[in-house]
Amino acid sequence: MAMLEVKDINVYYGAIHAIKGISLAVEEGEIVTLIGANGAGKSTTLRTISGLLKPKTGAINFLGNNIAGMPAHKIVREGISQVPEGRRIFAEMTVQENLELGAFTRNDTAEIQNDFKMVFKRFPRLEERKFQLAGTLSGGEQQMLAMGRALMSRPKLLLLDEPSMGLAPLLIKEIFNIIADINKTGTTVLLVEQNANMALSIANRAYVLETGRITISGDAKELAASEDIRKAYLGG
Amino acid sequence: MVGAYIGFAAVTIGGLPIFPALLVSMALTACLGMLVERIAYKPLRHAPRISLLITAIGVSFFLEYASMYFVTPTPRTFPEVMPNISFNVGGFIINGQQLLILGITIVLMALLTYIVQKTKLGKAMRAASFDTETAQLMGVDSDKIISMTFCIGSALAAAAGVLVGVYYNTIDPLMGIMPGVKAFVAAVLGGIGILPGAVVGGILLGVVEALVAGFLSSTFRDAAAFAILILVLLFKPTGLFGKNTNEKV
Repeated sequence: MAMLEVKDINVYYGAIHAIKGISLAVEEGEIVTLIGANGAGKSTTLRTISGLLKPKTGAINFLGNNIAGMPAHKIVREGISQVPEGRRIFAEMTVQENLELGAFTRNDTAEIQNDFKMVFKRFPRLEERKFQLAGTLSGGEQQMLAMGRALMSRPKLLLLDEPSMGLAPLLIKEIFNIIADINKTGTTVLLVEQNANMALSIANRAYVLETGRITISGDAKELAASEDIRKAYLGG
Repeated sequence: MVGAYIGFAAVTIGGLPIFPALLVSMALTACLGMLVERIAYKPLRHAPRISLLITAIGVSFFLEYASMYFVTPTPRTFPEVMPNISFNVGGFIINGQQLLILGITIVLMALLTYIVQKTKLGKAMRAASFDTETAQLMGVDSDKIISMTFCIGSALAAAAGVLVGVYYNTIDPLMGIMPGVKAFVAAVLGGIGILPGAVVGGILLGVVEALVAGFLSSTFRDAAAFAILILVLLFKPTGLFGKNTNEKV
């Protein structure tokens, strides 16, 4: 059975039918990406999985439990952690405090200390800026902090919403290398991206969303090579 | 006001000394604060800020006038809980009550600062007030945190009520209105949401009021407080300690 199974969910913003019967699955150890144009429903899908939005109908099974409609603060405890769109770091708190909040659900002090070391090893710049207010970090550093913060809960599944947004090309490459590396060390990844090229380059599989529906799905490499996808999403 | 009356009852009916009475008053008022949050504020979680402000005014009037039914509008004399001693510190006369108020205020301020800055609860409070949704993604149960915030705030208000009773020797159901509004002025003066700012704002406000009352007339004391509010809102809306936030995108 897949680690995450989303079955025919429908999500509304008031009267607007944003997600029209989406089903998808993520197997343990995979990187799966949702790509598609602005407003296709990528972020909405992710926010429904993390519990910030409730589906009107449909089921979301994670490791055998139905988590659809569960509040977000409980879903973190099930092992899903989200890096929100626009990073949403706590700007008025220090880098260290941001990471401590990432470990909010945990009480194993010694293990949390280990994970601090793990995050600082992965993002050395965060260690240098440990006592700095997070709002003073550069965009790339803030993205790293948001990812480090999400890792502090020791997620089994990491949800990433537009990690490349607003970053310079060189930095985007670095961030995607880190995502691939996080995946290699045992964290399953569900990635939402507008930068479809980069997303397909590290993903195993991909789903293409269009106005609230999945239109194409398949192997990431095959999609990256397909003529239709190239024309529609990869800039020719 | 509720805190002052519970403290009054603890001292007169319960026969407790001032410190246990203060703690009883803080604990019971904290429970009342959490109850009020559950009934009056929780249903308004997604309502605009102005609704919350109006609710706050409504709740305070409700508590003030409902309690008149139980304790009558007649002011009560708060018993003397401190020996009437005074000290001469370099020409300034300080009496026992003033020392008590100063001491308790410093202890409570230090405790509040510690809770907000250092504890997990305090960090969750700051995170939830900065960005509720993201705090939830960290596993923070925002309903629980908001309830705890009301608990702490109500306990502090109770302490203030008891201390006002100790200082002025008299309490009545409407005693809280002016201090409540003045506390708001002090918080705006110092910068909303900044703890040391609120303390400095409170002291400044008190000094200005005392000077106006002494050199002009005590009639103008309250007018001075609100003149300060208007001036701050006009010229430095973020308060004395407030920074102009430049958000990095």
